[in-house]
Amino acid sequence: MSSFKKDKKEEEDGSGNPFQNIEKTTVLQEARVFNENIINAKKCTHILTKVLYLLNQGEQLGVKEATEVFFSMTKLFQSKDVILRRMVYLGIKELSSLADDVIIVTSSLTKDMTGKEDLYRAAAIRALCSITDSTMLQTIERYMKQAIVDKNSAVSSAALVSSLHMSKIASDVIKRWVNEAQEAVNSDNIMVQYHALGVLYHIRKTDRLAVTKLVAKLTRMSLKSPYAVCMLVRIASKLLEEEEGGNDSPLFEFIESCLRHKSEMVIYEAAHAIVNLRRTTSRELAPAISVLQLFCGSPKPTLRFAAVRTLNQVAINHPAAVTACNLDLENLITDSNRSIATLAITTLLKTGAESSVDRLMKQIATFVSEISDEFKVVVVQAIRALALKFPRKHSVLMNFLSAMLRDEGGLEYKASIADTIITIIEDNADAKETGLAHLCEFIEDCEHTSLAVRILHLLGKEGPKTKQPSRYIRFIYNRVILENPTVRAAAVSAMAQFGALCPDLSENIQVLLARCQMDSDDEVRDRATYYSNILKQQDKSLYNNYILDPLQVSIPSLERCLKDYLHNHTEQAFDIKTVPVVAVPTEEEKQITNQKAEGMLISTGPPKPIPVSREENYAEKLNAIPGIQQLGPLFKTSEIVELTESETEYVVCCIKHCYTRHLVLQFDCVNTLNDQLLENVRVQLDPSEGYKIVKEIPISKLPYNEMGSAYVILQFPNELANTVGTFGAVLKFVVKDCDPNTGLPDTDEGYDDEYMLEDLEISLGDQIQRINKANWSVSWDEAESNYIEMEDTYSLCSMNSLEEAVKNITQFLGLQPAERSDKVPEGKTTHTLLLAGLFRGGFDILVRSKLALADGVTMQLTVRSTDSDIAELITSAVG
Amino acid sequence: MGGLLSYFRGLFGSREMRILILGLDGAGKTTILYRLQVGEVVTTIPTIGFNVEQVQYKNLKFQVWDLGGQTSIRPYWRCYYSNTDAIIYVVDSADKERIGISKDELFHMLREEELQDAILVVLANKQDMAGCMTVAEVHQALGLEALKNRTFQIFKTSATKGEGLDQAMDWLANALQNRK
Repeated sequence: MSSFKKDKKEEEDGSGNPFQNIEKTTVLQEARVFNENIINAKKCTHILTKVLYLLNQGEQLGVKEATEVFFSMTKLFQSKDVILRRMVYLGIKELSSLADDVIIVTSSLTKDMTGKEDLYRAAAIRALCSITDSTMLQTIERYMKQAIVDKNSAVSSAALVSSLHMSKIASDVIKRWVNEAQEAVNSDNIMVQYHALGVLYHIRKTDRLAVTKLVAKLTRMSLKSPYAVCMLVRIASKLLEEEEGGNDSPLFEFIESCLRHKSEMVIYEAAHAIVNLRRTTSRELAPAISVLQLFCGSPKPTLRFAAVRTLNQVAINHPAAVTACNLDLENLITDSNRSIATLAITTLLKTGAESSVDRLMKQIATFVSEISDEFKVVVVQAIRALALKFPRKHSVLMNFLSAMLRDEGGLEYKASIADTIITIIEDNADAKETGLAHLCEFIEDCEHTSLAVRILHLLGKEGPKTKQPSRYIRFIYNRVILENPTVRAAAVSAMAQFGALCPDLSENIQVLLARCQMDSDDEVRDRATYYSNILKQQDKSLYNNYILDPLQVSIPSLERCLKDYLHNHTEQAFDIKTVPVVAVPTEEEKQITNQKAEGMLISTGPPKPIPVSREENYAEKLNAIPGIQQLGPLFKTSEIVELTESETEYVVCCIKHCYTRHLVLQFDCVNTLNDQLLENVRVQLDPSEGYKIVKEIPISKLPYNEMGSAYVILQFPNELANTVGTFGAVLKFVVKDCDPNTGLPDTDEGYDDEYMLEDLEISLGDQIQRINKANWSVSWDEAESNYIEMEDTYSLCSMNSLEEAVKNITQFLGLQPAERSDKVPEGKTTHTLLLAGLFRGGFDILVRSKLALADGVTMQLTVRSTDSDIAELITSAVG
Repeated sequence: MGGLLSYFRGLFGSREMRILILGLDGAGKTTILYRLQVGEVVTTIPTIGFNVEQVQYKNLKFQVWDLGGQTSIRPYWRCYYSNTDAIIYVVDSADKERIGISKDELFHMLREEELQDAILVVLANKQDMAGCMTVAEVHQALGLEALKNRTFQIFKTSATKGEGLDQAMDWLANALQNRK
């Protein structure tokens, strides 16, 4: 019976899609029919449908193919068949970006958009705008303006929407249509009004005052279209966010009043806006929440979904406000729509008390297998938040997570569970052993290579520090026997960690590694041999540098350096010091990547495919400039420093590139005056004592709105103490007045001019690259004997908290915090910050900073470095 | 016999004749197209691309393509050459400066393989303008005497006044019917 059903289903599928088996070459062949003298409208419509189907399925057409089809298609304009003509419009839109010379249909479309056939007009406008570029727009401008105010609402809407699309390529032309758009806002048609508001807002959005006026005017006239009101709510809330003042402005009043609108869409939009405002107080929140609460009981699933989804988001920032809806949310747990149920439960988990956790977890368990991966991830996220909130509940949550791990699921889902377990382990020492045990069990049957590798890496890092390291070895060695080469290699690395950290296991590990040296895969064998040899040496510092600490250089740079080395055929051995050190991503960069994943991935897995570093990005560009390649490898590139306000005539940013003995300053200049051409643009520096200017490279020509880079190469002072300083800077250039339209200068004669820039600071951090030390304390102990140590005590009276002090010190010194010491446990009054870095020239720096909070922050700073001058520089720079 | 044949053609709906109107920009091609179609002078703008209309002349149906004459559009003419029965080549008789370019474009076009069997009608348009070239002068300036193996005729017209178009179409209709 079931097989019969299946057959039937397949049959239905087959007949459901008549285009299933079509092929590009055949269809293109068929499209030649368009060229015939007599057009068979029905046949041509069918073929055109096939072409569109292929394009929408992602089939790629070459420029030549596309152009050929496009021109054959233009022949179809001779047919008067309405359906065919409308298909042609669609074809034009699809092919407009693929084919050459699409302007050929301009006249025909202009005629259709202004003609008598209403069925043609709106579609013709959309097609016409898709083939029109900024230069051609002038010729159709008159017709577009007429169309915007056309009586036919479809025509007007099409013209408005097309205007919006075209504002991307010719915003200045669209700006001239503001009167027509203004007229269209008064339309009775809800769509026209909505689209017109969109255009009006787009025209004015860069001008805050104009937007404020627009909103003020429209809020008073009460728009008919609910879509337009929704949009107005969005614009108003954006204005509110940017506004400095409180929420007592008329804008907020307007949004608040929309809570009583007759359209549900508007009510929801207003509630959504209010709960998402950054400064909303709980009093203002209350009416919005009660509206959402009402929606929770609506018979329409979309409304229930929207409401519970919004409540779910609000629960993060205002858990107390959402508590009022707990009863309604409880009712939604049994909702027939699983998405709604999931969101309801996870919201409850966020707002609920510790006592209700067990009950809710049981509830979720009943349907977790029925929901899609996407929502399972939401559940996992909620559990993660819960574990951080109620550390004592870790065993319930961990059990639940391990059960989820055992179920079927995609990589993203599994990864989020593993991430959550890892976070719990890191955050809660009690949960570590159970967590690791669950993960061990999981990799026994894990089909995702990347996940298995991550977990093995974690086991290698955490396992040796547990009470009974030996119990993990079996799980890891099993991978060597059973898995693919990538996982086997990761397992070998993990075992080596045990060997290096647990002396009593070392001998056994050696035996296992010896077996791995017979592996069929090169990488596995190489790793086993490598680790086996290092472990034989029985030397702690070797362990430290070559097993426990990962490679610090950036992989793309290493590849480039090795290639260069092989090309040069020198006798010298390759020096790893010449390879730029990988930059540890700064907090902001991390946050950006985290935001993408909705703030859930903070685990310390093996490094993901390493993104090309800032240094690597610039290195190539810099090497092309004469005089820079001789300076050696680029050591560090600073972040961009703005030397002007952003809205000035000339915008200048500086990027500091640090080499072993030289500093290259890159000045990115933009000329924002359209009636000036700048020549010989350079930055005149007044460097601090000891710096020597080696070379200046000016920008020969800087036309309007283009970015050019001028460079100054400086030599660092011999005295390390002098390297920290402030440079005065002036932008110097020759101005030639020119015609704003053509950009050509009026005369050949220019005049000298200059522009003051803000002072440029060269700090300690510019000369230091952050280094990630996995085992900071081991390195620290080792450094005791052979490094120079300096120590000093400071009182940082401007800091009011330990967090603030940690942040400032890290930023000032440009060093990388190690062993999670940048996180200050709550409620503590003392803290020790551990930092590591590399000074230009390849000198190691280790810093320990003991902080105590009492009327400001007192700091005892201990620096250990291979170079005494550097250690001194750091201690003196802090003071 | 011919009459009988055309009678049957009329009965069964003959194949539509395909005609191209070509010439430099501003020669009056679009004005001629709509003069033929609706019998009136319409205001036109420079054609970017083409216009295509069905034109009924006497009892004959034509499918007339008016292609833009701007320098940038001319390269695309050839995309529309196939299956063409006749070409109406329009010349601005008052534009003495560019008559040479017009000649070059004409001969360049006539060399195309796909147009070997097409009948050619040359219209010396804008005859209402003061100081314009006469038909004979246009004939000579275009070097039409060099045309061999081509059915062609030149007419003087004024599209705005509607003069000369009927004679030209009469001749063309006859030529097309006699061809088969």
